[in-house]
Amino acid sequence: MKQMTVSTTINGDVVEFLCEPDETLLDVLRNRLNLTGSKEGCGTGDCGACSVTLDGRLVCSCLVLGAEVNGREIGTIEGVADGDTLHPLQSKFLEHAALQCGICTPGILVAAKSLLERNPDPTETEVRYWLAGNLCRCTGYDKIIRAVLDTAAEMRGA
Amino acid sequence: MPLDNNNRVFKSVGTSPLRPDGLDKVTGRARFGADATASGMLWGRIVRSPHAHARIRSIDTSKAEALPGVKAVVTRADFATGLDGDIGDILENVMASEKALYQGHAVAAVAATSPSIARKAAKLIVVDYEVLPHVTDVDEAMKPDAPVLNEKIFTEGLAEKPTKPSNVVKRIEIGHGDVEKGFAAADVIIEHSFRTEATHQGYIEPHACLASAGPDGQGELWCCTQGHFMVRDTCAQLLGMDVSKLRVTASEIGGGFGGKTTVFIEPTALALSRKANRPVKIVMPREEVFVASGPTASSSIDIKIGATKDGRITAADAVLRYQGGAFPGSPVEMGAMTAFACYELEHVRCIGFEVVTNRPKAAAYRAPGAPMSAFAVESVIAELAEKLNIDPIELRLKNAVKEGSRSSYGPVFGPIGLIETLEAAKAHPHYSAPLGPNQGRGVASGFWFNFGGQTCTSLNVNIDGTVTLSVGTPDIGGSRASMCLMAAEELGIPYESVRTIIADTSSLGYNDVTDGSRVTFASGLATIAAARNAIKVLCERAAKMWGIPADAVIWEEGYAKPAGANAGEFEPLSLADIAKVAGNTGGPIAGHHEVNIETAGPSFATHIVDAEVDPETGRTQITRYTVVQDAGKAVHRAYVEGQFQGGAVQGIGWVLNECYIYGEDGVLQNAGFLDYRIPVASDLPMIDTVIVEVPNPGHPYGVRGVGETSIVPPLAAVANAVSAAAGVRLTELPMSPPRILVALEER
Amino acid sequence: MRYEAPSSIEGAVKLLAAEAGMARVLAGGTDLLVQLRSGRFEPDLIVDLKRIDGMHDIRKENGGYRIGAAVSGAELNEHAGLIALWPGVVEAAGLIGSTQVQGRATMSGNLCNASPAADSVPALIAAGALARIAGPEGERDVPVEEVPTGPGKTSLKKGEFVTSLFLPGRPPHSGDAYLRFIPRTEMDIAVVGSGVSLSLDDDGRVASARVALGAVAAQVLLVEEAAAAIIGTSLEAAALEKLAKAASAACRPIDDKRGTKEFRIKVAGVLTRRAALIAYERARAK
Repeated sequence: MKQMTVSTTINGDVVEFLCEPDETLLDVLRNRLNLTGSKEGCGTGDCGACSVTLDGRLVCSCLVLGAEVNGREIGTIEGVADGDTLHPLQSKFLEHAALQCGICTPGILVAAKSLLERNPDPTETEVRYWLAGNLCRCTGYDKIIRAVLDTAAEMRGA
Repeated sequence: MPLDNNNRVFKSVGTSPLRPDGLDKVTGRARFGADATASGMLWGRIVRSPHAHARIRSIDTSKAEALPGVKAVVTRADFATGLDGDIGDILENVMASEKALYQGHAVAAVAATSPSIARKAAKLIVVDYEVLPHVTDVDEAMKPDAPVLNEKIFTEGLAEKPTKPSNVVKRIEIGHGDVEKGFAAADVIIEHSFRTEATHQGYIEPHACLASAGPDGQGELWCCTQGHFMVRDTCAQLLGMDVSKLRVTASEIGGGFGGKTTVFIEPTALALSRKANRPVKIVMPREEVFVASGPTASSSIDIKIGATKDGRITAADAVLRYQGGAFPGSPVEMGAMTAFACYELEHVRCIGFEVVTNRPKAAAYRAPGAPMSAFAVESVIAELAEKLNIDPIELRLKNAVKEGSRSSYGPVFGPIGLIETLEAAKAHPHYSAPLGPNQGRGVASGFWFNFGGQTCTSLNVNIDGTVTLSVGTPDIGGSRASMCLMAAEELGIPYESVRTIIADTSSLGYNDVTDGSRVTFASGLATIAAARNAIKVLCERAAKMWGIPADAVIWEEGYAKPAGANAGEFEPLSLADIAKVAGNTGGPIAGHHEVNIETAGPSFATHIVDAEVDPETGRTQITRYTVVQDAGKAVHRAYVEGQFQGGAVQGIGWVLNECYIYGEDGVLQNAGFLDYRIPVASDLPMIDTVIVEVPNPGHPYGVRGVGETSIVPPLAAVANAVSAAAGVRLTELPMSPPRILVALEER
Repeated sequence: MRYEAPSSIEGAVKLLAAEAGMARVLAGGTDLLVQLRSGRFEPDLIVDLKRIDGMHDIRKENGGYRIGAAVSGAELNEHAGLIALWPGVVEAAGLIGSTQVQGRATMSGNLCNASPAADSVPALIAAGALARIAGPEGERDVPVEEVPTGPGKTSLKKGEFVTSLFLPGRPPHSGDAYLRFIPRTEMDIAVVGSGVSLSLDDDGRVASARVALGAVAAQVLLVEEAAAAIIGTSLEAAALEKLAKAASAACRPIDDKRGTKEFRIKVAGVLTRRAALIAYERARAK
């Protein structure tokens, strides 16, 4: 297959890469750009571990072709912290012990950040439904939901 | 090591500090199984049988080998020969020889320069199969006319050796007393049959590894596993390598729940790497995780319990049939041992049958074997309570095991906390909260043995007074934080001054797998012992610095002090003071501990759950959930709660939706997260927790394992709640809406 | 395989028409990429619609809305006007997959993927939506129910693709609703889906109605008997009973991993009754 040249912006940085036409954005991030924070749990959009934003919209990077992102803006877990300052969600996840194994954590943080940008005051039900596409098998979700709600409260107060 | 002191006041242990691996995990930096790369790395892909049962007539690899970019193809011929018994089964499961025994059974593998070439090459491997009749159901597999998987299996444990091979590997029987006598004394007898389907651990991280091996006989392996020493020893045997020449590093692990306690792809990656003389990475696609890793057993169970009118159980009898996939190893024995473990019984019997079928070889799944038998037993207990008009917790309290009780599986219990969990559940506001329309409440208790095992730790004191702790048990749920807490507690230094790492197999002595809820208990115990050994050295060095005998120095809250007035007057020396000059007082300061812990403190739990059933569709919603469990001593409270919550939710999934669905062709119909339905965030309420602490006499701080007990009660607790809400006893898992609707209509 | 992202409808038609091998259209990609990964087919050409002008637009037209083929579920659910006019269609589209899938999945793609269990399709059929199809012969508008012809099959000819969907304007006192049955709360494929659209006369009686059922036959069904059961009624108990019976009677389901025949038949009636009540309340509120 003939490789394609793609130019895009990832976490604010201009990035160029080559990819095959059927290669997913997730494969590009992980295998070509060494951005392995986005995880592959299923490859079919059912687990959310590969969540990224594409032009500000939350998507599964396994359901996006690398070729599609030419000229687009991508946000990944690697861009969630601002330098050495963690995003409040990151701090709250640590404080609430909202992760056990940590494999779903990057996707959940990207998804939760996207939620709070749209809805700074979500209810518990809204958080649960927004994150329904992010599977976690360790925590039973309890501490994750608490961490997101607590972050929202803190960010509203700030 | 015995419990130090029942009234010990802890400084670090029992708090919930931030985890040491946390920053890496919230920034995407943590390196899991699939996250490693190497120079010249190839991509491996495994070719798997599309048939549930087939003889392999031939494999033609020539077209794949001819594809540009393909660097190696392996089949069974590339592995060691002459292995039999369990290790032979492991090899046969890793790569089939003469027969494919389940859909997804590996038959060959390729390594190529890109994932897409590897995918294409895998398709070019031509396998000539002779399709054979198959069987996937446990009861079907036990019938005399069932297709036989393995001509060498003659049922063990029967009075007479069978003359014909069958799928029944063995019959076991445990218990004591005379159940017939017990039933004769009963006023009420309840008898039911139950069925449970196979479920998968459902870890979000697929199996992944990066192998590097060459013609010099040496190798390196990076993989996500619950036990890298096990991986090393197994792979070395399967590949005919010296154990010392294979170094295995455990990556961060994205969940395991027992499913990563054996090898699947690692030996194949090593074989490909050795053949290509280049590093090879294999990552299992999710579909392969479902068809070709190790789910748990499905089961068919008969339970009979008799009791007097006032609620004393007079006899308990069970027959358990567990299929564990295509090889021996179903967890029926543990199912039988745990079935009645919550009850003090004069007459008890459990008969178990271990069965093979054309399904993937079962692996451990959180308290292997116990949730199914507890589901059946605790369902009958609930019905007994109903029939006798006794509160279900009261009924359990009347019959609960306590210190000194003879367990249903033999040994006499030491101090245990079942009664404490029942009392706490009874007192919990949840238990007396009103229920809404179409809602029901369920209660169930559960038991797990827990495990100790071979453990080795090494604690090194650094020049600045900080400490590096090496343990050999992969951290699956936050154990590094717990180890730091225990080392800090012992040494009297801050939690932040200790860094715990999971050492690779060449840097530390052998450690058993992270399983049996053993890590916080066993690695914790070894950590405490290693710290005490380091303290001995620290005291010796202080003595040297002061010029007094070593036995005249004591260690208190992080300082070496003279033992008393007679020892002399010296300013206490901190760990840092001593460490700073270690080079002048005898060199590096360290403590080690190697042990095989043959005991463990069992843990009991009682769960309360409310469920609402839609009478028109059979759909169930869990509306409230409370876990009460004995942790012995909670080292990191938030992670203990997390274990309770995670186990409960896996149990909820098992009851309501999760199951392996096979077509008539023996092919798995739901090999993905879309149709293998694990609970999602919106399915659940918050999971309330109560930590009971009845100290384990076999651990200096009283720690018990907590990870597995939490999945034992929920199957029955939810089943009891659903049955109460629906007004009809449901006996088959999953309690899916179609099944519930049928039960509602037949009510 | 080639990937092309043309900037015009004509360009896309030309590419699709000229491809000698297998060509696939990429709108949201949430079905297509899963199919690519599974190896179920290996297309020679993928034509991405997202760079074509107008494909992301929701435009008012003749009192209704025209929705571009690349408009995602998330965008539909952020459009107040569309939600006010066709709440049932928007909620149906909003049920497809997770938040992440909503960021990509389109109704046109849901329609052309031709799954009998597609969530938006019963709602679209109940709404009387039209699909605009572009092709070598020019443009044509067809009722959405004429697009899928069986599981995974459509009536689209070579070179053709859906460029937009049109949801018509509607009289006052109109409402619609879509309900589906899944065992979890999210992330599942419908075991049964039911879309109901109705308009009321000034006395609050159902003047017109359309009922469509998903996942109960090889194709989404438009059930005229079900609609007839409630026309002229105010959804009294007897009418609802008749509606449920008519819905159940229309089902020709299969047993599969997601549900049994009997379950689908029974639940189709239950959901249709519930959806009709929601649609009715919505209509009355206007």
